[in-house]
Amino acid sequence: MAQYVPNTKDEQLKMLEEIGKTWNDLLSPIPQGVRLNRELDLPPGISEFEVMAKMASYAKENKVFTTVLRGAGAYRHLIPSVVRHLSAREEFVTAYTPYQAEFSQGILQSIFEYQTMICQLTGMDASNASVYDGASAVAEAVNMTVDRKRRRALLSSNLDPQSIMTVQTYTQHLPIDVEIIPSKDGRLDLDWLKDHLTEDLACVVIQHPNYFGILEDTQAISDVVHSTKAKMIVSVNPISLAVFKEPRAYGADIAVGEAQPLGLNIAFGGPYLGFMATTSDMVRKLPGRIVGQTLDLDGKRAFVLTLQAREQHIRREKASSSLCSNQAHCALTAAMYLTSMGPVGLKDVASQCYHKAHFLQKQLAALDFKLKFDQPFFHEFVTTTPVSTNKIVQHLEQHDILAGLPLDGRTMLWCVTEAVSEKEIHTVLRLLEEVSK
Amino acid sequence: MSNLIFETSREGRRCVILPTSVMHGDDLYPEFTRESALELPEVAEIDIVRHYIGLSRKAHGVDNGFYPLGSCTMKYNPRLNEDTASLAGFAHIHPLQPVHTVNGALKALWHLQQSLCEVTGMDAFTVQPAAGAHGEFTGMLLINAYHQSRKDTARTQVIVPDSAHGTNPASAAMAGYEVISVKSNEKGGVDIDELRSLVSEKTAALMLTNPNTLGLFDENIKEIAQMIHEAGGLLYYDGANLNAIMGLSRPGDMGFDVVHLNLHKTFSTPHGGGGPGSGPVGVKKRLIPFLPNGTIIAKDDALAIKNDDELAIGRMRSFYGNFLTNIRALTYILSLGRDGLKEASMNAVLNANYMMEKLKDLYTVAYPSTCMHEFVVSMEKEKDEYNVSAKDVSKALLDVGIHPPTMYFPQIVHEALMIEPNETESKETLDFAIQAFRDIYHTAMTDGQALRDAPLTTPVKRVDDVLAARSPILIYKKPE
Repeated sequence: MAQYVPNTKDEQLKMLEEIGKTWNDLLSPIPQGVRLNRELDLPPGISEFEVMAKMASYAKENKVFTTVLRGAGAYRHLIPSVVRHLSAREEFVTAYTPYQAEFSQGILQSIFEYQTMICQLTGMDASNASVYDGASAVAEAVNMTVDRKRRRALLSSNLDPQSIMTVQTYTQHLPIDVEIIPSKDGRLDLDWLKDHLTEDLACVVIQHPNYFGILEDTQAISDVVHSTKAKMIVSVNPISLAVFKEPRAYGADIAVGEAQPLGLNIAFGGPYLGFMATTSDMVRKLPGRIVGQTLDLDGKRAFVLTLQAREQHIRREKASSSLCSNQAHCALTAAMYLTSMGPVGLKDVASQCYHKAHFLQKQLAALDFKLKFDQPFFHEFVTTTPVSTNKIVQHLEQHDILAGLPLDGRTMLWCVTEAVSEKEIHTVLRLLEEVSK
Repeated sequence: MSNLIFETSREGRRCVILPTSVMHGDDLYPEFTRESALELPEVAEIDIVRHYIGLSRKAHGVDNGFYPLGSCTMKYNPRLNEDTASLAGFAHIHPLQPVHTVNGALKALWHLQQSLCEVTGMDAFTVQPAAGAHGEFTGMLLINAYHQSRKDTARTQVIVPDSAHGTNPASAAMAGYEVISVKSNEKGGVDIDELRSLVSEKTAALMLTNPNTLGLFDENIKEIAQMIHEAGGLLYYDGANLNAIMGLSRPGDMGFDVVHLNLHKTFSTPHGGGGPGSGPVGVKKRLIPFLPNGTIIAKDDALAIKNDDELAIGRMRSFYGNFLTNIRALTYILSLGRDGLKEASMNAVLNANYMMEKLKDLYTVAYPSTCMHEFVVSMEKEKDEYNVSAKDVSKALLDVGIHPPTMYFPQIVHEALMIEPNETESKETLDFAIQAFRDIYHTAMTDGQALRDAPLTTPVKRVDDVLAARSPILIYKKPE
């Protein structure tokens, strides 16, 4: 079996002898009535080679598609080698939360840089060090806006359904009323929103581009929301911000999102990266870790976890959130990704996503895959399908292509990123022409 | 002094170049187009490599040295775990692929869930929660759902010991509960008499860490469980300290109804400088219906993903949890097996007691009976008499390359240092640390200033955290 206890049996006995105790003495604090008087019903340990064989057999039962046209919250992008290698540095991987600042300057600085990059993308003043994922980021953002007077949260029905459910789950026992804003032609129904403004409205949450890939009328929504002094929360795809307006530009108060597209594998849903950024007047409501710049005794620039009076280890039940462990290593990876891309590279990623998706959509239209909503979109779009979505999924699967996500029997949510080559797009079109006949 | 990556940036430098694409869809919509500059760093590949290697040298992980950070179980993170988590069949599968194309992933997660059931004595697990605190919150919602399903709606309080992690009361509050604190007794366990006076028909649950944050196994656990259950409440187990008891005792057998584990502690997955962790939640049979959507379940002899279930508490996040972290934990369980898990716990207890015994003549052990996997010393006397604090001792440890213990926690011990050596450290490492602690103690008696000046060998000297909070600088701004 794999052996991670370094001390030999003899050394263990010697240690016991040195402290004048026996194994029985050490285990004596566990009352007889709750001891497990048998072995665990698990197989005995095995060598690392056997473990690898077992795990590889599980991995082999999963199909890795060559071409992925499915997004819906998880996006396959190209990940540079330099990101994979640097993020695997053991000092980053095997460190705990940087409580001891003097020993953790590397981690603290990397988070400070991450926070800066998130603010660059979103136009905001402050970012936390990350939360679990995009869906929980939305839920935490809603909690930030609620107070005694404002207890109503309105969620666009065009949010990722998982984000909606997560918000509902998070708030179910809190004094927060969550309501859903209906959708009109794939976009938020602005007239409905205008008719449902109240003085106790805490926030309006939209996703942009929304779950169906569509760009919302962010400025108009912002104007309406702010007419009641409620907060506007927007969940954004960080890649899209290289070409589309940053949330600050249209007046969003909190920008959150799923940063998995920034250098993280799709990995069957995790670990991913929830980011949260806001304006300086709301910083102290942000949940989780925040890194700040300060000085050391010699007056040298240094970094440290800060504004901790918000957090659970100080405020216990009065804390803004119970968040403790976050997704720091994913944040580090995202910062490495953004650095490796730079402003020009990231724009290239975003614009290739945009153009390839729009190209595919136009060609699909010619094959009678009709665009469901005639709205501006980024790299995802919904079409009806001339044959059943099942048939499409199965046909493409035979050619190692993961089709768009079926929304029902005759509707599909497609996604194209820069990771899909021009050649692959032409192959997809040829196969879809075959299957549609 | 190392530059920020933004200071290294030089206009026009490039690192990664994408494949060329001439495909043109539509012109960008002018009304949505970004107008402001995007000031990400512009660097060459050598710049980014040197930058992050430089940062990595100013970070300290388990691989660098001894890390006795109490309640965090900083054990060695096996390399094998990294290799299995990198397998393409795990790393490159989409979470919304057709189920028949991800059978291996479902089997692996099910295997993990079933193994965790056996280790803890629970009936079912969900691996969706992303961290310990997320697991606690999940557990509190499960307990709430259970009571509500029985129309037992007057239960508004959750009792939490004063020695508990801050996440416990915070998670209970997020689930809408009033938090009631119960004192610890002179032995460090729950004060049974006070608990009796607090338990009522309003009690939804008691949250307990056992062994607790003092490293002590509560000798009254059976009585406590009985008291809570008789009042109609449920027992919640914070698994932060499970590393002390694998194969020796199980929360399920102690009477706990809901359990969360920290796979990034007990099950050797790396902590990544603050995360990702994984905080699976286990339950007894009567709570299974409420497990969140996204949980892997067995249905009609096949594995499936729970979805849109009316009884479920909802979902805690997207998809199925920190999948690759969970893959690492399964790898660890397979590696160690029943014998290795037990051996790990026994040696965690041995190492803690060994250190405690070898330090207790100098350092005041808060509760000096036999400990489990960790123990707490108090620097209160030294602080009063020599003006040397727990923080000073910690900072001096940095100068000998040891990561300090958890400081100032639990809050019931003044000037606390919580020491958790864990089983993957050798006798020589422990002896080296013991000597370092002893030397530091002697310095405290003779030259307190030397400790107050520590550390001297780290990349920066003691940092001013008051300044950081008073005038927050949270992002880099380019000089005007």
